[in-house]
Amino acid sequence: MPSLDDLKKRIKSVKSTQKITKAMKMVAAAKLRRAQENAEKGRPFSEKMNNIILNLSNSVSDKDNASKFLVGTGKNDVHLCVVITADRGLCGGFNTNICRKAKNYFEKILKEGKTLKIFTVGSKGYDQLKRVYGSYIIEKVNFKSYKKITYKEAEQIGEKIIKLFNESQFDACKIFYNKFKNVITQIPQEQQIIPIENQKKKEEKTSDNFYEFEPEENEILEDLLPRNISTQIFKAFLENAASEQGSRMTAMDSATRNAGDLVEKLTITYNRSRQAAITKELIEIISGAESL
Amino acid sequence: MEDNFKLEIISPEKIIFSDDAKMVTIPSYEGDMSILKNHISTITFLRPGIIKVQKEEENFQEFFVQDGTVEFFKDNLVILSASAVNKKNLSKEFLDYLNKDTKDKLTRTNITDHDRYILNHKLDVLQSLTI
Repeated sequence: MPSLDDLKKRIKSVKSTQKITKAMKMVAAAKLRRAQENAEKGRPFSEKMNNIILNLSNSVSDKDNASKFLVGTGKNDVHLCVVITADRGLCGGFNTNICRKAKNYFEKILKEGKTLKIFTVGSKGYDQLKRVYGSYIIEKVNFKSYKKITYKEAEQIGEKIIKLFNESQFDACKIFYNKFKNVITQIPQEQQIIPIENQKKKEEKTSDNFYEFEPEENEILEDLLPRNISTQIFKAFLENAASEQGSRMTAMDSATRNAGDLVEKLTITYNRSRQAAITKELIEIISGAESL
Repeated sequence: MEDNFKLEIISPEKIIFSDDAKMVTIPSYEGDMSILKNHISTITFLRPGIIKVQKEEENFQEFFVQDGTVEFFKDNLVILSASAVNKKNLSKEFLDYLNKDTKDKLTRTNITDHDRYILNHKLDVLQSLTI
């Protein structure tokens, strides 16, 4: 049984932890609203971009001469995985979920005897992956010193990927991030960005329409596809930012609740042992008086 | 209102402009191009320049762009650009910076003829703006 003093100290420390988690929850909630707005505002751009590319790729007749970004290099040996995580912790399973999804994919790639290359964005992902997959990591970036991640940063990452691709460093590229569904659910996603995945068939109706291209389809694609990579990465950033705050909010909410439960339990123990001490003293006094 | 079509200017961060327009003039890849209702479906690029959105006669808004993609489909005009700015919101510092940046890029030797053409054009547009 811990002494009364110890219990008192324990209660005090749990209470101050509770204050911290509560504050973090509030901050996350405020940030979440903004991040969610941003994510929603950013969706039209990437959707429209996808649509255009879909229409374009359907009208490209000469598949052999089409852009490498569209049809791939013809090989499927080297895979680049871009794992996008947060720079900060204390956000529940947010980072772990992305890494788990990525690790499953890594295992699959390695089992098939293909070469794996990893590009981590965000320091938490690097920390989690470096122990087992350290030798595969070829690039790492984090945005710890940035207050807000803008399209410029996404463009930088996109340029790095394109440079690696043009140097034939890899044949296929996937990005891993969390898609923001709502505050309590974030879904880890894997998305192939090079070569472009064949998307939903239902859109195919629109592709029958005749488009006028200026300049030629292939030239447009040549320019548009690299740009699309930055767009997709930026979309992943926005989704991730919203997911991170949502995840942190729920994590901190349950932490606050747990701390409350613990304080309650400890207070009861504290009161009981205090009462026990008083009773014990009383018994001693009474039995001392009786023996006189 | 029968002659109007829908125009959206979208940047990765937000929707910059979304309204009906009567005529939109865009600095397209091979020269300026005006779009009216019932234009043929088209996909093209933008080069640096000014997008002029006309809702009625004598009532227009202008946007400065450095690059972008345009899709016109079923009377919906979508302009995707990471760099679209309303002309009213342009600052002198920003233009000076662009001017300098463009000139720097032109002095590099490893650029292609096409890049050089675009950069020169950008410089022309910037100079016409600052006056």
